Amino acid sequence: MVFLSNAVSDTRLKDKNESGQALFSTCVYGSRWTKEPIPKYSLPEEEMPSHIAYKLIKDDLQLDGNPVLNLASFVTTYMEEEAEKLMAENLSKNFIDYEEYPVSVELQNRCVNIIARLFNAPMDNPEAEAMGVSTIGSSEAIILAVLAMKKRWQKRRIAEGKPTDKPNLVMAASVQVCWEKATRYLEIEEKFVFLTEGTYILDPVKAVELVDENTIGVCVILGSTYTGHYEDAKTVNELLKQKNEENGWDVSIHIDAASGGFVAPFVNPDLVWDFRLDLVRSINVSGHKYGLCYAGIGWAIWKSKEYLPEELIFNVNYLGSDQASFTLNFSKGAANVISQYYILIRLGRAGFTSIMKNLMEIADYLAQKLEDTNVFDILSDRNGNGLPLVAFKLKIKDIHYDEFDVAQRLRERGWIVPAYTMAPHTQHIKLMRVVVREDFSRERCDILLQDLMATVELLNKLDKDTIFKKRTSTANWNLLKSVTRATFGGVKNESHKTNGVC
Amino acid sequence: MVYLSRLISDSHLDKEKEVHGSEAFSTSVYGSRWDIEPIPKYSLPDNEMPAKIAYKLIRDDLQLDGNPVLNLAAFLTTYMEEEAEKLMAENISKNFIDYEEYPMTVELQTRCVNIIANLFNAPKNDDAIGVSTVGSSEAMMLAVLAMKRLWKKRREAEGKPTDKPNIVMSASVQVCWEKAARYFEIEEKFVYLSEGKYILDPEKAVELVDENTIGVAVILGSTYTGHYEDVKAVNDLLLAKNKKTGWDVPIHVDAASGGFVAPFVNPDLIWDFRLELVRSINVSGHKYGLCYPGIGWALWKSKKYLPDELVFNINYLGSNQASFTLNFSKNASDVISQYYVLIRLGRQGFTSIMENLMGIADYLASRLEATKKFEILSDRNGNGVPLVAFRLKAKDIHYDEFDVAHRIREHQWIVPSYTMAPNIQHIKVLRVVVREDFSRERCDLFVADLMHTIDYLDKVDKETLHIKRNAGRNWKALKSISLMTFNSQSHKTNGVC
Repeated sequence: MVFLSNAVSDTRLKDKNESGQALFSTCVYGSRWTKEPIPKYSLPEEEMPSHIAYKLIKDDLQLDGNPVLNLASFVTTYMEEEAEKLMAENLSKNFIDYEEYPVSVELQNRCVNIIARLFNAPMDNPEAEAMGVSTIGSSEAIILAVLAMKKRWQKRRIAEGKPTDKPNLVMAASVQVCWEKATRYLEIEEKFVFLTEGTYILDPVKAVELVDENTIGVCVILGSTYTGHYEDAKTVNELLKQKNEENGWDVSIHIDAASGGFVAPFVNPDLVWDFRLDLVRSINVSGHKYGLCYAGIGWAIWKSKEYLPEELIFNVNYLGSDQASFTLNFSKGAANVISQYYILIRLGRAGFTSIMKNLMEIADYLAQKLEDTNVFDILSDRNGNGLPLVAFKLKIKDIHYDEFDVAQRLRERGWIVPAYTMAPHTQHIKLMRVVVREDFSRERCDILLQDLMATVELLNKLDKDTIFKKRTSTANWNLLKSVTRATFGGVKNESHKTNGVC
Repeated sequence: MVYLSRLISDSHLDKEKEVHGSEAFSTSVYGSRWDIEPIPKYSLPDNEMPAKIAYKLIRDDLQLDGNPVLNLAAFLTTYMEEEAEKLMAENISKNFIDYEEYPMTVELQTRCVNIIANLFNAPKNDDAIGVSTVGSSEAMMLAVLAMKRLWKKRREAEGKPTDKPNIVMSASVQVCWEKAARYFEIEEKFVYLSEGKYILDPEKAVELVDENTIGVAVILGSTYTGHYEDVKAVNDLLLAKNKKTGWDVPIHVDAASGGFVAPFVNPDLIWDFRLELVRSINVSGHKYGLCYPGIGWALWKSKKYLPDELVFNINYLGSNQASFTLNFSKNASDVISQYYVLIRLGRQGFTSIMENLMGIADYLASRLEATKKFEILSDRNGNGVPLVAFRLKAKDIHYDEFDVAHRIREHQWIVPSYTMAPNIQHIKVLRVVVREDFSRERCDLFVADLMHTIDYLDKVDKETLHIKRNAGRNWKALKSISLMTFNSQSHKTNGVC
């Protein structure tokens, strides 16, 4: 059967709207919207057809980068087709709407159960069950954990009749920037354990030394963003236990397992870092890093109800059903929680172990190859003692270029390999970092090495002047100058950290 | 062309049977062993499972989620065009915070901020500033943080104590205001409601302002009754008080629902940056901004209302950026969807939709009134967001609004019932939110079912009703594992959203 077509009469063809544009161009690139600048500053007066809106935006977004060459980010850039389908089908669901979407919320419960068990939360006491919540990412999870620690500390101090105006938190200077946000927004003093050459992570002895009566907790990182190392939670636990006993305090440990939480249990199961340690009361992990989900999912887990002060929990009658709410975000999409559940049941322990072991091997391979060139020093650990990433720096000191130049040049070839300075007090050390994600195959690794060596060769040949010129000119070269970007450009950084690397 | 099929030999089959038992070669989901085993709920399964099976098992579970079309409780958007969904699905792998990798995606945020700031009449001679958030909760918290910091700095400069900040707001604020106040240790000074007065009384509000007040929150579109609070009156009174006392207390407008309604349906209403003391506004992209859940906006009139100390300059993955949000990594698809909606609809599109919704809301209100069984509490003619809040007219009957909600749930409609905010908790209300896909046809169906419900309840005797009430409490589609009960600490037992 052939559909009848409608012939467009001359009078209709001649029909134009007020601005003299022919109304009958349905082809995107023939339409007037392609010639006009896309609305940027104010709401356009009129509608535009949906397929045109779609295409115009899609075209704009073509200028976004290719995630495959982005070796900077920990955040997952590949998921299976079935996972993407599941997410797309559930985009319209509001996670907080328990009455309407009870199963979506149930999936959160299952994930919390699975992850809590993965972290060896104590399962023997039904009165003291572990608790957890899905968050948008580790930032939110960390802020919630800090809130809980602060409130617990406050209650203890008030019961003792002591002042509560100067809470502090002890952490390595290499913490991710969201720790600084949490402390600044929640008005807590940061007590940093500064790094020293060769010690790029928390020194347990120094950390516990810094603990005083105003300390609400100690943060220990499982997987530093600078070098991938796992900080020694066990030692901190032992030393802190002693100090707590001596002073009658009850300072907790919070593990920032944003990256390591989904790596260590599979690659390094003998490492004791989680709820098995007495003082570890809360843990955060990012679902969207080695939890293998797309951006927008993190988890905050507490050892038991005891560590989640009731005053922070809101009993809400939301849209017809009672719920307990303890998150910073309220309404949010359900697709991300669902995707985490998909990953957990799809992979199981076997799947995660295979993937993480592969990543470890590739990272070790890359580290080995880099070392073999005799041009680089490796700062990250190997053999599963840290995350699957390689942090490296140039071996030779007296050359006319540095790691930033290497990164800049690699960028010209499409690779994003960040260069940054180490955390205080080792800011004189510059380094580069390659994060090995699920889709970073050995093949790609070899290609990277080639390009890296080509870059170093080129830089060796260039003279000092040329390099200087390149440095200053690229500071202005930007694909886009976005309207509000310049606003904070000249602000002097208050934080001791000029580089918050994530 | 016909693809070659592979024959599975006997020896191959035997080997598989050895390993997997009789379900070995069932690639059909329901024939596989995963269909009869309980789906993993408590701990990580030891083995992998095929992607298709994982997908289907989860999808089947999710079939028990509700049908959003009959959910008249939520403000949140449940319908978007196919092209919008396609755009979101294509960009779901992008991490919004990665400016180096996805500069265009971040550029789209900038455009949205510009468009929305202009919609809210940000002054042309200054640079308004804004950010995308995951929802109004985050946006509000950022605004509160900014107000608190500015107040603190002022007080410190005056050598005065900064230990007792407070914020003035109506008792009908959404629960996230209470969260913000509690998490950031700010005292809440409530303007309580009274019978007939369901929103902020400007005089009472300004009366409560003292030297420790960091700001006054005014709601554009109350979640209880949809009313727009009188921002202009608060502004005028507060200006006078500021002048008299030498203070500088600002106003923050919580336009979570109203921000994308008022400018189109009620353009003469002055509530935004045109008012001198309005320094920050939040709006939800996922309510009348017509996007799926996960997008909100926080806007400040000018950079000077965003203290520098709260903004973090970071070198993230190779490029310098300023960051002032609670969430860091998040999905880019939500920001992109907001931009799609803004350019797709334009002013004309938004106006058509909002006027339609208003029309339907007014129609529903008049039909309910015509039944003589209900009293309407919400406003009409565009003086509030498109929703209808109503209660039973008759007082001395053996059932109440909660029973009505319960019974109509059995017809599949979700219509929440709740008690009003303090101090009028004796008033019970039912509320229908008119969203984009609530057509007039559906409206008529709803009214029919509602009347059936009332008929039924009129006939049922008191005892049966009592039994039903108690039974309904235990009956739940699922008993979730961690549905723990916490004793309510808040003075509000109902946070309605």
